[in-house]
Amino acid sequence: MTVTKEPEALAAPKPEDLAALLLESHRPPRPSALSVSLTFGWRAVLKIKHVPEQLFDVTAFPVMMILMFTYLFGGALAGSPGEYLQYLLPGVTVTSVVMITMYTGVSVNTDIEKGVFDRFRTLPIWRPAPMVGYILGDLLRYVLASTTIVLVGLILGFRPEGGLVGVVLGVAVLVAFSFAFSWVWTMFGLLLRSEKSVMGVSMMVLFPLTFLSNVYVNPGTMPGWLQSFVNVNPISKLVDAVRALMAGGFNGQAMLWTLGYAILFTVVFGTWTMRLYNRK
Amino acid sequence: MNAIETSGLVKIFGDTRAVDGVDLAVPAGTVYGLLGPNGAGKTTTVKMLATLLRPDDGQALVFGHDVRADPDAVRRLVSLTGQYASVDEDLTGTENLVLLGRLTGHSRAHAKERAAQLLDAFGLTEAAGKQVKHYSGGMRRRLDIAASILNTPQLLFLDEPTTGLDPRSRNQVWDIVRAVVAHGTTVLLTTQYLDEADQLASRIAVIDHGRVIAEGTKGELKASVGVGAVHLRLRDAHQRAEAQAVLSRVLDADVQLDSDPVALTARLSGRATEQAAEALAQLAREGITVDNFSLGQPSLDEVFLALTDKKEAAA
Repeated sequence: MTVTKEPEALAAPKPEDLAALLLESHRPPRPSALSVSLTFGWRAVLKIKHVPEQLFDVTAFPVMMILMFTYLFGGALAGSPGEYLQYLLPGVTVTSVVMITMYTGVSVNTDIEKGVFDRFRTLPIWRPAPMVGYILGDLLRYVLASTTIVLVGLILGFRPEGGLVGVVLGVAVLVAFSFAFSWVWTMFGLLLRSEKSVMGVSMMVLFPLTFLSNVYVNPGTMPGWLQSFVNVNPISKLVDAVRALMAGGFNGQAMLWTLGYAILFTVVFGTWTMRLYNRK
Repeated sequence: MNAIETSGLVKIFGDTRAVDGVDLAVPAGTVYGLLGPNGAGKTTTVKMLATLLRPDDGQALVFGHDVRADPDAVRRLVSLTGQYASVDEDLTGTENLVLLGRLTGHSRAHAKERAAQLLDAFGLTEAAGKQVKHYSGGMRRRLDIAASILNTPQLLFLDEPTTGLDPRSRNQVWDIVRAVVAHGTTVLLTTQYLDEADQLASRIAVIDHGRVIAEGTKGELKASVGVGAVHLRLRDAHQRAEAQAVLSRVLDADVQLDSDPVALTARLSGRATEQAAEALAQLAREGITVDNFSLGQPSLDEVFLALTDKKEAAA
């Protein structure tokens, strides 16, 4: 004999228990901005935990980037892939992580129309917390991508003079900048109507930003008008700062520029994001 | 004090006046029904009261706090169970409740404990570790309401809580709502179903095209529409014309011929059961055999038709 179990056959709710629960409830004081942001970050991590395949992108993509460019340009630009790698690796780490920041926009865009946001918006909490939570969750991806790429680099023969400390500091600066830069994508995630348009705009912004920089070649070889853009490009400044740290030095000017850009992105796009979020 | 008080509430989307001057007074500690068809402005009204949308005009007070001037004070008192499940589909039942507990300031341990108790009270313990996207409609609703009462709100918005549920799940949701109200929480319930408002609400506002077209207790509202209708099925289709004549004489009302050749429907007014019994007796005396009859409450359609007819007649 076969018994088909009805899927809905679960325990009925118990109104008596419910009454008891309602009575004993007390509302704790309002949690701090940091605490709610971290809780939203935890939510983002839970989403990764339930669908770990989404981390494939952030690990496979950087590996592909470094292999491609090392062997494609290495011989032509620096004499050998091994030598080129010493120049390329910090820059390609920056490119990969900055490329990954666009996923923030995609997740905001796909998530925001869901009913659960109505609930979040009716909670008496610090308003930007859900957005900060996305970016906090994404920091995990940035760290993972950076680690992957540095490890692959080391295997291929990358020998940074700054040692472990220099590399860790470089990655830390990169992750901090990416946190600020992600506000651009939370803004687009809220502004644009579909996931596809978010992807499209991200590519339009990221391709020129990462390629018209000092990541792949020395800007000195470029025409003057292009140099003037490349030299103020935030990615170039970030790459200079990271490169110096990984090489065991410190480029104060590049660091200052990077910090300035990070503050600019956070203030402008953070504010814009919150305007859009409050209006949704 | 009234839980909700609005005057001249307006929300405009483009050219549409989605809410067009709504006045409400919802007494604390009761279930108040907002009844209306899709697109009537129910959800928009709820969203303004829950601080999700800013009113374009008019005033809305929730326990005396202005939703525009002091939204955070309102947010501390209300919870919303939206029309589309206000829970995170990608997370499990437990994770959803713990998340909400943490966001409202509970310690991790207390949030976990509270989540487990709520899941148990809502009959969801077995599904606690499953992602919500694998839940049935009824389970999702229960989790949604569990999330809404995690902190025992003063005012709970339930936006069409039983739309799309099977009858058993619907009854369970109703039991939950009754338990919540018995505790003292005020509930603003929007629904398209008259019987749902009838089961739960003590006062009802009927909304259409962004305006309140009728307001009152259930009794008042029904009396204004008539009591309902009696549906008859005859043994013999040839007797239908005769039956129609008898019914319109006895009931002094319109009698409609249904598309089924043996069926007819008569509107009732006043004392429904007595009238129906009288009509049946008269039909028997005239030798018309009735196979089957049922006494129906006025449907929402009928309430609407009656109310909008009245409005047009008055204009």
